[in-house]
Amino acid sequence: MSSRPENAVALVTGASKGIGAAIAKALAADGWAVAVNYRSDEAGANAVVAAIEEAGGQARAVHADVSSGDGKALLKQVEEALGGPVLALVNNAGVARDNIALQLTDEDWDVVIGTNLSPAFRLTRDSLRSMIKARYGRVINIASVVGPRANAGQSNYAAAKAGLIGMTKTIAAEVARRGVTVNAVAPGFIATDMTAELATDEIVKAIPARRQGTPEEVAAAVRFLASDDAGYVTGTTLYVDGGMSA
Amino acid sequence: MANAITEEAVQKTVYEALPQFGVDEADITREATFEDLDVDSLDLAELSQIIEDEYGVALKGDDVGKIKTVGDAIDLVVQKGS
Repeated sequence: MSSRPENAVALVTGASKGIGAAIAKALAADGWAVAVNYRSDEAGANAVVAAIEEAGGQARAVHADVSSGDGKALLKQVEEALGGPVLALVNNAGVARDNIALQLTDEDWDVVIGTNLSPAFRLTRDSLRSMIKARYGRVINIASVVGPRANAGQSNYAAAKAGLIGMTKTIAAEVARRGVTVNAVAPGFIATDMTAELATDEIVKAIPARRQGTPEEVAAAVRFLASDDAGYVTGTTLYVDGGMSA
Repeated sequence: MANAITEEAVQKTVYEALPQFGVDEADITREATFEDLDVDSLDLAELSQIIEDEYGVALKGDDVGKIKTVGDAIDLVVQKGS
Protein backbone atom coordinates (compact mmCIF):
# COMPACT_ATOMS: atom_id res chain seq x y z
CA MET A 1 0.00 0.00 0.00
CA SER A 2 1.62 3.29 -1.02
CA SER A 3 1.59 6.27 1.31
CA ARG A 4 0.68 9.85 0.60
CA PRO A 5 3.82 11.89 -0.15
CA GLU A 6 4.58 14.52 2.49
CA ASN A 7 3.98 17.69 0.49
CA ALA A 8 0.75 16.45 -1.14
CA VAL A 9 -1.93 19.02 -1.82
CA ALA A 10 -5.68 18.56 -2.24
CA LEU A 11 -7.74 20.82 -4.49
CA VAL A 12 -11.48 20.99 -3.82
CA THR A 13 -13.46 22.92 -6.41
CA GLY A 14 -16.54 24.85 -5.32
CA ALA A 15 -15.49 24.68 -1.69
CA SER A 16 -16.81 27.96 -0.27
CA LYS A 17 -19.95 26.37 1.18
CA GLY A 18 -22.06 23.23 1.49
CA ILE A 19 -20.60 19.88 0.57
CA GLY A 20 -17.40 21.39 -0.86
CA ALA A 21 -16.66 23.25 2.36
CA ALA A 22 -17.24 20.12 4.43
CA ILE A 23 -14.94 18.13 2.14
CA ALA A 24 -12.18 20.73 2.41
CA LYS A 25 -12.38 20.61 6.21
CA ALA A 26 -12.42 16.80 6.32
CA LEU A 27 -9.37 16.49 4.07
CA ALA A 28 -7.49 19.12 6.09
CA ALA A 29 -8.31 17.19 9.28
CA ASP A 30 -6.70 14.19 7.61
CA GLY A 31 -3.45 16.12 7.03
CA TRP A 32 -3.90 17.32 3.45
CA ALA A 33 -2.87 20.89 2.60
CA VAL A 34 -6.09 22.07 0.99
CA ALA A 35 -6.83 24.56 -1.77
CA VAL A 36 -10.34 25.91 -1.19
CA ASN A 37 -11.47 26.94 -4.66
CA TYR A 38 -14.29 29.46 -5.08
CA ARG A 39 -15.81 31.30 -8.02
CA SER A 40 -17.49 34.28 -6.34
CA ASP A 41 -17.98 33.63 -2.61
CA GLU A 42 -14.64 34.90 -1.33
CA ALA A 43 -16.00 35.43 2.20
CA GLY A 44 -17.24 31.84 2.30
CA ALA A 45 -13.93 30.45 1.11
CA ASN A 46 -12.01 32.56 3.62
CA ALA A 47 -14.28 31.30 6.39
CA VAL A 48 -13.49 27.71 5.39
CA VAL A 49 -9.75 28.47 5.41
CA ALA A 50 -10.07 30.14 8.83
CA ALA A 51 -11.91 27.14 10.25
CA ILE A 52 -9.25 24.78 8.89
CA GLU A 53 -6.40 26.87 10.28
CA GLU A 54 -8.11 27.18 13.65
CA ALA A 55 -8.26 23.40 13.79
CA GLY A 56 -4.51 23.22 13.09
CA GLY A 57 -4.70 22.46 9.38
CA GLN A 58 -3.27 24.13 6.29
CA ALA A 59 -5.38 25.76 3.58
CA ARG A 60 -5.56 28.59 1.05
CA ALA A 61 -8.54 30.14 -0.71
CA VAL A 62 -7.98 29.98 -4.48
CA HIS A 63 -10.17 32.02 -6.79
CA ALA A 64 -10.99 30.53 -10.19
CA ASP A 65 -14.03 29.89 -12.32
CA VAL A 66 -13.43 26.27 -13.30
CA SER A 67 -15.82 26.58 -16.23
CA SER A 68 -13.45 29.06 -17.90
CA GLY A 69 -11.16 26.32 -19.09
CA ASP A 70 -7.68 27.05 -17.77
CA GLY A 71 -7.12 24.00 -15.57
CA LYS A 72 -3.34 24.08 -15.89
CA ALA A 73 -3.21 27.65 -14.61
CA LEU A 74 -5.37 26.78 -11.61
CA LEU A 75 -3.25 23.74 -10.75
CA LYS A 76 -0.06 25.80 -11.04
CA GLN A 77 -1.56 28.50 -8.81
CA VAL A 78 -2.50 25.90 -6.20
CA GLU A 79 0.89 24.19 -6.29
CA GLU A 80 2.68 27.50 -5.81
CA ALA A 81 0.34 28.61 -3.01
CA LEU A 82 0.64 25.40 -1.03
CA GLY A 83 4.12 24.22 -1.98
CA GLY A 84 3.43 20.79 -3.39
CA PRO A 85 1.82 18.83 -6.23
CA VAL A 86 -1.96 18.37 -6.35
CA LEU A 87 -2.33 14.69 -5.58
CA ALA A 88 -5.98 14.79 -4.55
CA LEU A 89 -8.53 16.45 -6.80
CA VAL A 90 -12.16 16.71 -5.69
CA ASN A 91 -14.35 17.82 -8.57
CA ASN A 92 -17.22 19.25 -6.58
CA ALA A 93 -18.12 22.50 -8.34
CA GLY A 94 -21.65 22.27 -9.64
CA VAL A 95 -24.69 24.33 -10.54
CA ALA A 96 -28.30 23.58 -11.41
CA ARG A 97 -30.50 25.21 -14.02
CA ASP A 98 -33.71 23.25 -13.74
CA ASN A 99 -36.55 22.93 -16.19
CA ILE A 100 -38.36 20.16 -18.00
CA ALA A 101 -36.63 19.20 -21.22
CA LEU A 102 -39.31 20.85 -23.37
CA GLN A 103 -38.49 24.19 -21.78
CA LEU A 104 -34.77 23.80 -21.15
CA THR A 105 -32.74 26.29 -23.19
CA ASP A 106 -29.43 25.60 -24.90
CA GLU A 107 -27.86 27.97 -22.39
CA ASP A 108 -29.33 26.03 -19.42
CA TRP A 109 -27.85 22.87 -20.90
CA ASP A 110 -24.44 24.35 -21.77
CA VAL A 111 -23.94 26.07 -18.41
CA VAL A 112 -24.64 22.92 -16.41
CA ILE A 113 -22.50 20.64 -18.60
CA GLY A 114 -19.84 23.34 -18.79
CA THR A 115 -19.63 23.72 -15.00
CA ASN A 116 -20.44 20.26 -13.69
CA LEU A 117 -18.81 17.91 -16.22
CA SER A 118 -16.30 19.45 -18.64
CA PRO A 119 -14.14 21.17 -15.99
CA ALA A 120 -13.98 17.87 -14.07
CA PHE A 121 -12.51 16.22 -17.14
CA ARG A 122 -10.04 19.01 -17.85
CA LEU A 123 -8.81 19.25 -14.27
CA THR A 124 -8.51 15.48 -14.02
CA ARG A 125 -6.52 15.31 -17.25
CA ASP A 126 -4.25 18.16 -16.21
CA SER A 127 -3.64 16.83 -12.69
CA LEU A 128 -2.79 13.29 -13.83
CA ARG A 129 0.69 14.35 -14.88
CA SER A 130 1.78 15.10 -11.31
CA MET A 131 -0.11 12.12 -9.91
CA ILE A 132 1.45 9.66 -12.37
CA LYS A 133 4.90 11.09 -11.68
CA ALA A 134 4.34 10.66 -7.93
CA ARG A 135 2.84 7.20 -8.43
CA TYR A 136 0.07 8.46 -6.09
CA GLY A 137 -3.20 10.22 -6.84
CA ARG A 138 -6.78 10.50 -5.73
CA VAL A 139 -9.46 11.90 -8.02
CA ILE A 140 -12.92 12.08 -6.49
CA ASN A 141 -15.84 13.27 -8.58
CA ILE A 142 -18.91 14.46 -6.74
CA ALA A 143 -21.77 12.98 -8.75
CA SER A 144 -25.34 12.52 -7.49
CA VAL A 145 -28.14 10.00 -7.16
CA VAL A 146 -29.63 12.08 -9.98
CA GLY A 147 -28.19 10.76 -13.20
CA PRO A 148 -28.26 7.08 -12.42
CA ARG A 149 -31.91 7.74 -11.54
CA ALA A 150 -34.41 10.13 -13.03
CA ASN A 151 -35.33 13.48 -11.56
CA ALA A 152 -37.86 15.37 -13.65
CA GLY A 153 -36.70 18.88 -14.40
CA GLN A 154 -33.02 18.04 -14.29
CA SER A 155 -32.10 16.41 -17.59
CA ASN A 156 -29.04 18.65 -17.85
CA TYR A 157 -27.92 17.99 -14.27
CA ALA A 158 -28.63 14.26 -14.67
CA ALA A 159 -26.59 14.13 -17.87
CA ALA A 160 -23.66 15.87 -16.23
CA LYS A 161 -23.73 13.67 -13.14
CA ALA A 162 -24.18 10.43 -15.10
CA GLY A 163 -21.38 11.62 -17.35
CA LEU A 164 -19.13 12.07 -14.32
CA ILE A 165 -19.74 8.46 -13.35
CA GLY A 166 -18.92 7.15 -16.82
CA MET A 167 -15.81 9.30 -16.98
CA THR A 168 -14.77 8.10 -13.52
CA LYS A 169 -14.83 4.46 -14.54
CA THR A 170 -12.89 4.88 -17.77
CA ILE A 171 -10.17 7.13 -16.45
CA ALA A 172 -9.85 4.87 -13.39
CA ALA A 173 -9.12 1.92 -15.68
CA GLU A 174 -6.55 3.94 -17.62
CA VAL A 175 -4.41 5.01 -14.68
CA ALA A 176 -4.93 2.41 -11.98
CA ARG A 177 -1.54 0.79 -12.39
CA ARG A 178 0.20 4.08 -11.59
CA GLY A 179 -1.25 4.22 -8.06
CA VAL A 180 -3.90 6.76 -9.06
CA THR A 181 -7.47 6.02 -8.03
CA VAL A 182 -10.50 7.70 -9.57
CA ASN A 183 -13.86 7.37 -7.84
CA ALA A 184 -17.21 9.09 -7.60
CA VAL A 185 -19.29 9.93 -4.56
CA ALA A 186 -23.03 10.19 -5.20
CA PRO A 187 -24.82 12.23 -2.57
CA GLY A 188 -28.55 11.85 -2.16
CA PHE A 189 -30.71 14.48 -0.54
CA ILE A 190 -28.25 16.56 1.48
CA ALA A 191 -29.09 19.65 3.55
CA THR A 192 -27.38 22.50 1.67
CA ASP A 193 -28.34 25.79 -0.04
CA MET A 194 -28.91 23.85 -3.24
CA THR A 195 -31.74 21.81 -1.68
CA ALA A 196 -33.09 24.47 0.70
CA GLU A 197 -36.08 25.37 -1.46
CA LEU A 198 -37.23 21.80 -2.03
CA ALA A 199 -40.25 20.12 -0.40
CA THR A 200 -38.19 18.39 2.28
CA ASP A 201 -40.95 16.44 4.08
CA GLU A 202 -42.22 14.89 0.89
CA ILE A 203 -38.77 13.89 -0.32
CA VAL A 204 -37.70 12.49 3.05
CA LYS A 205 -40.69 10.09 3.06
CA ALA A 206 -39.11 8.32 0.06
CA ILE A 207 -35.71 7.91 1.75
CA PRO A 208 -35.26 4.73 3.81
CA ALA A 209 -33.22 6.63 6.41
CA ARG A 210 -36.13 9.10 6.71
CA ARG A 211 -33.90 12.14 6.94
CA GLN A 212 -31.66 14.37 4.88
CA GLY A 213 -27.97 13.67 4.88
CA THR A 214 -25.40 16.22 6.04
CA PRO A 215 -22.46 17.66 4.11
CA GLU A 216 -20.20 16.10 6.74
CA GLU A 217 -21.50 12.64 5.90
CA VAL A 218 -20.61 13.16 2.25
CA ALA A 219 -17.22 14.55 3.27
CA ALA A 220 -16.50 11.43 5.32
CA ALA A 221 -16.86 9.31 2.19
CA VAL A 222 -14.50 11.60 0.28
CA ARG A 223 -12.02 11.54 3.14
CA PHE A 224 -11.92 7.74 2.99
CA LEU A 225 -11.50 7.63 -0.79
CA ALA A 226 -8.67 10.16 -0.56
CA SER A 227 -6.86 8.16 2.11
CA ASP A 228 -4.06 5.61 1.83
CA ASP A 229 -6.54 2.96 3.01
CA ALA A 230 -8.55 3.33 -0.22
CA GLY A 231 -5.63 2.51 -2.52
CA TYR A 232 -7.42 -0.55 -3.92
CA VAL A 233 -10.74 1.23 -4.45
CA THR A 234 -11.05 2.67 -7.91
CA GLY A 235 -13.60 3.13 -10.67
CA THR A 236 -16.43 2.91 -8.20
CA THR A 237 -19.30 5.15 -7.07
CA LEU A 238 -19.99 5.43 -3.34
CA TYR A 239 -23.58 6.42 -2.69
CA VAL A 240 -24.21 8.57 0.39
CA ASP A 241 -27.98 8.69 0.15
CA GLY A 242 -29.66 7.09 3.17
CA GLY A 243 -30.63 4.05 1.10
CA MET A 244 -32.38 5.98 -1.69
CA SER A 245 -30.62 3.97 -4.39
CA ALA A 246 -30.84 0.59 -2.68
CA MET B 1 15.73 24.18 -18.00
CA ALA B 2 15.77 22.09 -21.22
CA ASN B 3 18.86 19.99 -21.91
CA ALA B 4 20.70 19.86 -25.26
CA ILE B 5 18.89 17.68 -27.77
CA THR B 6 21.36 15.29 -29.32
CA GLU B 7 20.55 11.84 -30.58
CA GLU B 8 22.89 10.38 -27.99
CA ALA B 9 21.26 12.27 -25.11
CA VAL B 10 17.71 11.46 -26.18
CA GLN B 11 18.58 7.80 -26.66
CA LYS B 12 20.01 7.70 -23.15
CA THR B 13 16.85 9.30 -21.73
CA VAL B 14 14.56 6.88 -23.56
CA TYR B 15 16.64 3.83 -22.72
CA GLU B 16 16.72 4.82 -19.05
CA ALA B 17 12.98 5.52 -18.93
CA LEU B 18 11.72 2.30 -20.49
CA PRO B 19 12.62 -0.03 -17.59
CA GLN B 20 10.24 2.05 -15.42
CA PHE B 21 7.44 0.60 -17.53
CA GLY B 22 8.55 -2.97 -16.91
CA VAL B 23 10.75 -3.28 -20.00
CA ASP B 24 13.77 -5.55 -19.72
CA GLU B 25 16.90 -3.53 -20.50
CA ALA B 26 18.26 -6.38 -22.60
CA ASP B 27 15.31 -6.03 -25.00
CA ILE B 28 15.79 -2.32 -25.71
CA THR B 29 17.12 -1.59 -29.19
CA ARG B 30 16.33 1.12 -31.72
CA GLU B 31 14.53 -1.45 -33.84
CA ALA B 32 12.36 -2.84 -31.04
CA THR B 33 8.70 -1.97 -31.41
CA PHE B 34 6.80 -0.63 -28.44
CA GLU B 35 4.27 -3.38 -29.03
CA ASP B 36 6.96 -6.03 -28.66
CA LEU B 37 8.22 -4.31 -25.52
CA ASP B 38 4.67 -4.27 -24.11
CA VAL B 39 4.76 -0.49 -23.83
CA ASP B 40 1.22 0.83 -24.12
CA SER B 41 -0.38 4.25 -24.54
CA LEU B 42 -0.15 5.13 -20.83
CA ASP B 43 3.56 4.29 -20.85
CA LEU B 44 4.08 6.36 -24.01
CA ALA B 45 2.17 9.27 -22.49
CA GLU B 46 4.46 9.13 -19.48
CA LEU B 47 7.53 8.83 -21.71
CA SER B 48 6.32 11.97 -23.53
CA GLN B 49 6.13 13.78 -20.20
CA ILE B 50 9.66 12.70 -19.27
CA ILE B 51 10.92 13.96 -22.63
CA GLU B 52 9.05 17.24 -22.28
CA ASP B 53 10.47 17.81 -18.78
CA GLU B 54 14.00 16.97 -19.96
CA TYR B 55 14.13 18.69 -23.35
CA GLY B 56 11.13 21.03 -23.54
CA VAL B 57 9.86 19.10 -26.57
CA ALA B 58 6.13 18.39 -26.45
CA LEU B 59 4.88 15.27 -28.18
CA LYS B 60 1.21 15.55 -29.07
CA GLY B 61 -1.31 12.75 -29.36
CA ASP B 62 -0.92 12.56 -33.15
CA ASP B 63 2.87 12.31 -32.86
CA VAL B 64 2.67 9.50 -30.36
CA GLY B 65 0.29 7.59 -32.62
CA LYS B 66 2.94 7.46 -35.38
CA ILE B 67 5.74 6.15 -33.18
CA LYS B 68 6.18 2.40 -33.63
CA THR B 69 9.77 1.72 -32.60
CA VAL B 70 12.17 3.03 -30.00
CA GLY B 71 14.18 4.55 -32.87
CA ASP B 72 11.05 6.36 -34.15
CA ALA B 73 10.63 8.01 -30.74
CA ILE B 74 14.27 9.11 -30.54
CA ASP B 75 14.28 10.46 -34.11
CA LEU B 76 11.02 12.35 -33.59
CA VAL B 77 12.28 14.11 -30.47
CA VAL B 78 15.54 15.08 -32.22
CA GLN B 79 13.60 16.32 -35.24
CA LYS B 80 11.14 18.38 -33.18
CA GLY B 81 13.90 19.82 -31.10
CA SER B 82 16.03 20.97 -34.03
